[in-house]
Amino acid sequence: MSLAVEDLAFGYGSRVVGSGISLALEPGEVLCLLGPNGGGKTTLFKTLLGLLPAKAGRVTFAGADLAGWSRAERARTIAYVPQAHAAFFPFTVREIVLMGRASRLKPFASPGRRDREIADSALATLGIGHLGERIYTEISGGERQLVLIARALAGEPRLLVMDEPTASLDFGNQARVLERVRRLSEAGIGVILSTHDPDHAFLCADRVALLHGGRLVALGSPDATVTRENLRLLYGIEVAVVPLPGHARSVCAPVLA
Amino acid sequence: MSAAGPALSAAGARGRRAAGLARAVLPGLALLLLALVSLATGRYAVPVGDVFTVLAAKLLGLAAGVDPTVETVVMQVRLPRVVAALVVGAALAAAGSTYQGLFRNPLVSPDILGVSAGASLGAVLGIFLSLPVIAIQLLAFAGGLAAVGAVYAVGLAVRRHDPVLTLVLAGVAVGAVLGAAISLLKVMADPYNQLPAITYWLLGSLAASTLGDVAAILPAILLGLLPLVLLRWRMNLMSLGEEEARALGVETRALRPLFIASATLVTAAAVSVTGVIGWIGLIVPHVARILVGPDFGRLLPTSLVLGAGYLLAVDLAARTIAPVEVPLGILTALIGAPFFLWLLATAKRSFA
Repeated sequence: MSLAVEDLAFGYGSRVVGSGISLALEPGEVLCLLGPNGGGKTTLFKTLLGLLPAKAGRVTFAGADLAGWSRAERARTIAYVPQAHAAFFPFTVREIVLMGRASRLKPFASPGRRDREIADSALATLGIGHLGERIYTEISGGERQLVLIARALAGEPRLLVMDEPTASLDFGNQARVLERVRRLSEAGIGVILSTHDPDHAFLCADRVALLHGGRLVALGSPDATVTRENLRLLYGIEVAVVPLPGHARSVCAPVLA
Repeated sequence: MSAAGPALSAAGARGRRAAGLARAVLPGLALLLLALVSLATGRYAVPVGDVFTVLAAKLLGLAAGVDPTVETVVMQVRLPRVVAALVVGAALAAAGSTYQGLFRNPLVSPDILGVSAGASLGAVLGIFLSLPVIAIQLLAFAGGLAAVGAVYAVGLAVRRHDPVLTLVLAGVAVGAVLGAAISLLKVMADPYNQLPAITYWLLGSLAASTLGDVAAILPAILLGLLPLVLLRWRMNLMSLGEEEARALGVETRALRPLFIASATLVTAAAVSVTGVIGWIGLIVPHVARILVGPDFGRLLPTSLVLGAGYLLAVDLAARTIAPVEVPLGILTALIGAPFFLWLLATAKRSFA
């Protein structure tokens, strides 16, 4: 058992966005969270990360309640990969990735040789070792997303929470990011990611959770959850879910009325 | 990698070390040279050799053997200004680079949270009440800290929005109220005696600074700089923004107030002696970032040195370009604003 969410309610301030969320994530498992805009995906993630306090229920890791953990303890266990953004200052890619070591360093410490080695190996894992000296603000959106994943890995976490890692990426970069996600899970890291594209669930997920109106409406294998009926419920449109010839998976395509 | 690789990289490392040493020593030498020129230049010109003689004699406790007028000009008139310029310039630039990182905004300067407005109100009140200089400085210092305290209290009370944005907007509002109070005092002040003193203070000047003033503010400035130096690497993470920094394991709720308090202490101490000197804390961090990049561990020392040198040079200009001394605030704005626009137009990296 690694991460467990038990009857969680989440929201901002006095407003409860969602409730009754229960799910678990094993090491090396990829859980894909699907849901419409405003469905509470980001709020749920922030609650998992401890950026927002849980309204009810709890989040545990290996049986221990995360609520009592320090920020650094949490960060060493669960790393967050935000959507690729333009950082404000022109740090180099290596400097950005080194920031992932923050939870492993004492408050007054600066990264040392070992931290730099770990950062470089994180860059290599994602196949972007050549970007180390580039300026983060000057590389492409797809490259930035990979850099942010490398930064998360540099903290040597047990699992990654990725908020729409494929948003704003082109078709090729979307597939590249998902392929890296798949490989990370093969290395034993648990991954929870949200996406707007149900095809991504078929591409990389072991399990899929469907979030609608602040509740989990389905949780299970991609084949069992990403269905015509569920997608109609989630997005309010007709979707054809058909097997992809020559591959052991299905694809989704919207059908216009 | 080829067999030449390690040898090349060893030579590269030696080269980097030499370059690093040069980078550490050269700015200090340049600053020293500028200080000597500053001590020698003015209405009463003193040969640089005599400046050396006077300084060496003072350091070694010997008689200088030069004209006593020269000794008075160097030690009593110019040295206090030079030391004050170095300390205040460095302090304002360090505070500026801290605020810019913290608030992720290139338009942020040490005045952002109302510290200058608060200090101004304190000083103007002191001048209005005809208090002695030391009381005016204390009021300025207390006013600066109180203004930032008020802004921060508003920020804590209003938790519905992004904390950084709340602080900046609260700073604008509190600054406007303080500005109104300053205007009121200016209207009520004696136009022949107090008003010129108030105007002069609001434009900033090193003319009246003494070594005693500098000694009085130095502990506060060093105390403020200490957390910035110790936490220099964490400062980089603060510039990622609240949620990202927290998700990376940084206790932003403890660090942000600490950084704000440090930069405020440094700023309030500096302006309590010199009056408001704008633009240094805004411009210098940008130049430093262009030179050494955004890593705070390199940005902070670079800002300190550049800020010290910049204010020293501006003060030198202020007392030499015209028969009458030009207030510093006028010069720093006249130099700073066009330079800032030039940065805006050309240097994409520091704003990207």
